[in-house]
Amino acid sequence: MKMKLATLALGAVMAAGPALADLVMPSLSYRTGPYAANGIPFADGYADYFTLLNERDGGIGGVPVRLLECETGYNTEKGVECYESTKGEGALVYQPLSTGITYQLIPKGTADGIPIHSMGYGRTSAKNGKVFSHVFNYPANYWDGASIAIKHILDVNGGDINGKKVALVYHNSAYGKEPIRTLEELANKHGYELSLLPVDHPGQEQKSQWLQIRREKPDYVLMWGWGVMNQVAIQEAANIRFPMENFIGIWWSGSENDVLPVGDGADGYKALALANPGGDYPIYADLQKHVYDSGKAAGAGDQMNTVLYNRGMYAALLASEAVKKAQEIHGEADITPAMMRDGMEALSLSEEDMAALGLPDFGPAFTVTCENHGGGGLGKVQQWDAKAEKWSVITDWIESDKSVIDRLVAEDSAAFAAENNIQERCN
Amino acid sequence: MPDQLLYAMEVTLNGLMAGVLYALVALGFVLIFKASGIFNFAQGVMALFAAATLVGIMDGQVPFSHLINAILGTKVHHFGWHIPAIAGILMAIVVMVFLAWAVQYFVMRHLVNQEPIILFMATIGLAYFLEGFSDLMWGSEIKKLDVGLPQGINIWIDETTYGWFGYGFFIDNLDIVATIIAALLVVALVAFSQYTKQGRAMRAVADDHQAALSVGISLNFIWVLVWSLAGFVALVAGIVWGTKSGVQFSLSLIALKALPVLMLGGFTSIPGAIIGGLIIGVGEKLFEFAIGPLVGGATENWFAYVLALIFLVFRPQGLFGEKIIERV
Repeated sequence: MKMKLATLALGAVMAAGPALADLVMPSLSYRTGPYAANGIPFADGYADYFTLLNERDGGIGGVPVRLLECETGYNTEKGVECYESTKGEGALVYQPLSTGITYQLIPKGTADGIPIHSMGYGRTSAKNGKVFSHVFNYPANYWDGASIAIKHILDVNGGDINGKKVALVYHNSAYGKEPIRTLEELANKHGYELSLLPVDHPGQEQKSQWLQIRREKPDYVLMWGWGVMNQVAIQEAANIRFPMENFIGIWWSGSENDVLPVGDGADGYKALALANPGGDYPIYADLQKHVYDSGKAAGAGDQMNTVLYNRGMYAALLASEAVKKAQEIHGEADITPAMMRDGMEALSLSEEDMAALGLPDFGPAFTVTCENHGGGGLGKVQQWDAKAEKWSVITDWIESDKSVIDRLVAEDSAAFAAENNIQERCN
Repeated sequence: MPDQLLYAMEVTLNGLMAGVLYALVALGFVLIFKASGIFNFAQGVMALFAAATLVGIMDGQVPFSHLINAILGTKVHHFGWHIPAIAGILMAIVVMVFLAWAVQYFVMRHLVNQEPIILFMATIGLAYFLEGFSDLMWGSEIKKLDVGLPQGINIWIDETTYGWFGYGFFIDNLDIVATIIAALLVVALVAFSQYTKQGRAMRAVADDHQAALSVGISLNFIWVLVWSLAGFVALVAGIVWGTKSGVQFSLSLIALKALPVLMLGGFTSIPGAIIGGLIIGVGEKLFEFAIGPLVGGATENWFAYVLALIFLVFRPQGLFGEKIIERV
């Protein structure tokens, strides 16, 4: 009896004691709703990368990763609820995959001391680390995207686009309006004529916009779309026989989901790329061995090799490399959100690092600093081959025009700092 | 002819075509409202479910494969066959009839004599259930739907109008086909309700449930019939819109385009749905063409609802709706 009581007491003590160490990574995913088709591959890639680290390496620095998935349905209110319900678990970093949710989490994360990483989305001026201490948007942001697209058009036209007509078809939301200021500044610099064509949510009907494009005959059309807007726009472009090689989408308009429903009509369509498409990387052999073959793949296990799966995997990789950096800085394996922030601010990834991680020539080399939370602002251009049903990268890394972007970032972040009474740091 | 006039003509034609597409969705609402007084919030989701079912059947997709694989550890996804479109459509109709029966059996028959708002709430629940059920059954990825409908610019119209005016009009082949389909659908639905026994019974139920019951009309059968017809209309709308954008969750949002059409045309009139659709289609496109550039564009949704609101103020029953007279 005494023995039983002692065992019971020991059990109670163990249960009441501190939990085993783990690295908590929330995944604010959307596997339901109008954007589920895009949310699922990203969430699967994000989860599978951490599963790989747990299965192959025993976690990061010997500490296992615990993924906390919370369904947002791409709904800002639900996203905030997810944040509130998971932050107490010791969440290290939030990657909401939604500009709306990111905007809500910027003040919350900053107040709670939890970093926010909006990779290629969110508030562009968060690049300025002097103002946004807990927000990161490396390796590139929307304004970089706008500039990269224009640089590509410049390259195609021998460096001169004076007098050319460029139209922007955009989701009529905060996200879609992000590149307008940059494109206007670049229009002043390069002499092209910019026209703006907003599309209301969800973008199922775009006849007016494409009739206008047919009438005004712009030389190039840029697109800032998401979800059904992308497929309809590409279909309408094919319908009016707009030259697809002159139609360029941002990286959120460049997944297989956007072009496959259009069939042959999408052939030649271009989109920017934050990282390379496809599955021809050594890491996939590891994923096969440690994740897929053992039945531990997230979701239905059918999203691998796709653009958005790769992007989710890349987001997880950037988080895990920041964890390693934080562990190195603080000499502590079981890190806190504050340590994670330090790791993110000191993150540096070279081409050799990416190759060692099984993803050679996958993402750009970049360095994060106290002043620069946005990385190098690099992107590539990929083009859709409808027959082969695959994206092909057609350029090397293109760097955004910092002479324009940095000024805009400084202006916008200064306004934010003044509104919120934020003292600049990094001095 | 001045360029602006030519463009306005092109916009008007495209507006008419877009209006037909809106009317296709609105027809499903009208059918159910006419026969049972229920505003079916689930009509848009039914279009999604119908189109996803059609693609699933045609592509030989195993229903609930994700669930089966997760529970049994199997890796089944496809039966390995591809069914021709016409057979797939027939099978999808059977599924929609079964859905109609299920809705009647599990939901509606338990709510007889309830307030309209209760029935409306039930259809909201049904919409949420169907959203999840559709994802669970067929997955939530975007599916390409190809039943052989043509798409792209109509070359004949382009060349002919170019010959006449020196400017070729753009009309999408899919829109032309959708117009023909909608016209046939309306004729068939009107003929069905006017000249068949079941159609007359349907109208009797619409006029007075109690009186219809007293002459031996089965309310249950009529409601299954009505929901089946609405399911069929949803399938047609799903095919047309799904061909346009791929079959995906957003198909369920096309209902948003049908609401102003219904307010305009009236909730109880089949021709009203068509006329309402055409007015909304042309109105929003012309407004966007003429006024849109002055106010930053994206005025179409706004215009459609403002026009519907104006009609609500001056003619609440819509253009062709029945005037409601409450006797105290």
